Amino acid sequence: MQFRHKIAGGDFANAGKVASSVKKILRQLNIDHTISKRVVIALYEGEVNVVAHAYSGIVEVEIDESRIRITLTEKGPGIEDIEKAMEEGYSTATPQVREMGFGAGMGLSNMKRNSDSMKITSTPGEGTVVELINNIRANAG
Amino acid sequence: MKITDITEKLDLKVLAGTDGLKTDITGGYVSDLLSDVMGNAREGQVWITLQTHQNTIAVASLKDLAAIIIVKGAKPESDTISKANSENIPLLSTTLDTFTIAGLLFELLKME
Ligand SMILES: Nc1ncnc2c1ncn2[C@@H]1O[C@H](COP(=O)(O)OP(=O)(O)O)[C@@H](O)[C@H]1O
Ligand SMILES: [Mg+2]
Repeated sequence: MQFRHKIAGGDFANAGKVASSVKKILRQLNIDHTISKRVVIALYEGEVNVVAHAYSGIVEVEIDESRIRITLTEKGPGIEDIEKAMEEGYSTATPQVREMGFGAGMGLSNMKRNSDSMKITSTPGEGTVVELINNIRANAG
Repeated sequence: MKITDITEKLDLKVLAGTDGLKTDITGGYVSDLLSDVMGNAREGQVWITLQTHQNTIAVASLKDLAAIIIVKGAKPESDTISKANSENIPLLSTTLDTFTIAGLLFELLKME
């Protein structure tokens, strides 16, 4: 099973829509709740990062018997220092974004903690690709 | 304990999401940072916050939280209210501050 969604940079009103629709699908597929909860957290944070830090992005979700693979591909400023960006608390979010309770610098660490594999590739000035994989345990649920 | 029990005992105003009032409460979580709630709140908890914008409803819905309590009588935006209604997330309001309402809710849930 495979599907894709578009995300517009700056569109805070719709942040979480992709995570919400993926959550519904994981429920329908009877994916183990501990796994789907992790996927929802990681995907939400990935989605918010496109909204908060990039210009536009595409989320591709691929589900098979063994894993859920999410790829967020966006056009944006890119990340110069990925290691630094991964540090909990580090954020370049604007004061307005922080006031809304975003920009705590916890997004990437939430994504890391809630996926079995996370890969970030970024080209400064062009954009970023984040791949998140969550394995589905045999005979779960 | 259900949401209806705490709205009564803690004198909370129900602003939206009345269809979700029968939900059972498992505990509470206090935070104004969305990533903190995403990462650490658990299903069935009541979320106490001063945030009033509609992204709180998206977070509460994704995390299957039981309700949101907005503190210090802050008024949510109208799109927050309509989203709470469509997602069935009870949006509650208190005039008390976070420390006080969290303490009262803690005491209530402890008695169960
Ligand atoms: N898709 C992205 N494009 C550009 N920069 C990003 C992206 N994702 C994350 N970053 C950078 O990494 C920092 C930390 O990200 P994150 O942990 O999600 O915290 P937050 O989004 O709250 O700032 C961001 O503030 C930003 O500087
Ligand atoms: Mg983030």
